[in-house]
Amino acid sequence: MFAEFLQYLLSGITVGAIYALAGLGFAIIYNSSHVINFAQGEFIMIGGMATSSLVAAGLPMWAAVLLAVLITMLVGVALEYFAVKPARNADVVTIIIITIGASIFLRGMAQIIWDKESHSLPAFSGETPIHLMGATIVPQSLWVIGVSFLAILVLGWFFNRTLFGKAMLATAYNRLAAQLMGIRVKRVLTASFGMSAILGAIGGIVVTPITYTNYEAGVMLGLKGFSAAVLGGLGNGMGAVVGGLIVGVAESLGAGYISSAYKDAIAFVIILFVLFFMPSGLFGKRGTERV
Amino acid sequence: MLLEISGLTSHYGRIQALKGIDVTVGEGELVALVGANGAGKTTLLRGISGVQPVSAGTIRFDGQDITRMAPEARVQLGIAQVPEGRQVFGPLSVEDNLRLGAYCRHGTDVEADIKRMYAQFPILKTKRNQPAGTLSGGQQQMLAVARALMSHPRLLLLDEPSMGLAPRLVAEIFRIIETLKGEGTTIFLVEQNAYAALAIADRGYVVETGQVVLVDSGTQLLANEKVREAYLGQ
Repeated sequence: MFAEFLQYLLSGITVGAIYALAGLGFAIIYNSSHVINFAQGEFIMIGGMATSSLVAAGLPMWAAVLLAVLITMLVGVALEYFAVKPARNADVVTIIIITIGASIFLRGMAQIIWDKESHSLPAFSGETPIHLMGATIVPQSLWVIGVSFLAILVLGWFFNRTLFGKAMLATAYNRLAAQLMGIRVKRVLTASFGMSAILGAIGGIVVTPITYTNYEAGVMLGLKGFSAAVLGGLGNGMGAVVGGLIVGVAESLGAGYISSAYKDAIAFVIILFVLFFMPSGLFGKRGTERV
Repeated sequence: MLLEISGLTSHYGRIQALKGIDVTVGEGELVALVGANGAGKTTLLRGISGVQPVSAGTIRFDGQDITRMAPEARVQLGIAQVPEGRQVFGPLSVEDNLRLGAYCRHGTDVEADIKRMYAQFPILKTKRNQPAGTLSGGQQQMLAVARALMSHPRLLLLDEPSMGLAPRLVAEIFRIIETLKGEGTTIFLVEQNAYAALAIADRGYVVETGQVVLVDSGTQLLANEKVREAYLGQ
């Protein structure tokens, strides 16, 4: 009984870590522009696909990973430059629709550059399962959890300890005042797309050995990441992480105990339920405002 | 003249907020611009900082035409603004707010400046690690002023620093402004509180619906019949 539960929990945390990274990606872009970037899932897909093809081309794993992260980051920056920036005077809703268009475009490009097949990567440190109190976990799961945790720590350090990170937070909170401090808000927007793309790519790369990837793998991952961000309270980094883990664990438990056919539905139903009672999410804006 | 504005106009959509404003501020001067709500005071200051587009006219700073310059370049030239409503970064700590005030200076002696601000505004030192949003209105105003001073401005723009503050705090804020002037800071002060502003100003401008209607020394304006009627309620 417990072993079974632990098994579901472990696989839930693994997939939840990816949702957390995607959710963070949504949060960062939302904070800097109030745009919900529906191409976030495509960053995950590009990260996995690019690494897979670079490894197939003969590059060592570490080089393929670095290059794939770089490529994805450039795609993110290009998305901001070519699709979002030209529409900067448009409604936020218009820009959101533009990102949906961009996600379709990126999927199409992925089909042309690569193909419609599933692609994989060798596991980073073997396939021998680790046994843990009756449950088993593949070493790659530990990579997923560890790398995601590290990425979240680095992100926390960036926003709390570096001046540019603080400038990004300041811009998110009050764009006008940020401009008056001499912060280049356009640069903040570009950086937010680059960083979100990096987060997506990292998630996509570490999870590919477990789940495989293909040109449309980003659709569902992006939606789950969005759900994670909304569940945690849109724009709240900690919320996105917690939201991601909840969504991951909920769907894993649902798939295990109820039916794997309903696994996506279960996650979304929980989100609807939570939002019904807490419309701004679990960690939504708590006022520290005094005027 | 440190700041020379001539024929400045600005629009919000079809509505013209500034209808050809001429203002000058000399080095070391404290110039006040007073007028009712909606006269275009905030629009003018935002135009000077480059965060509100201007449709015609020129802004010169230290002889250089800055009319089309990016906001961050103006901060680097030495124009700092304390915006209307304080606009501190609420979730960030008091100290981080000060650090961001020095954003354009790329780290040179920022810590020493923060110490200087704490000496000048001791309450900020007490609250240094608290989120700025938890400060009282008066404390936030001091933080906003200190934050602007962190950029080593050659010209300090103050937008309604007394707005929404209790009378005791208003007096405190104006005392701070006088101290800054005494230290040689050039200040362009925009206020609805005409009496307090003109009382400490070297020169004053009165604006109505986007136009300058009176220019004179602060004391002359305070004595002016029209000003007394319209703005001082006497």
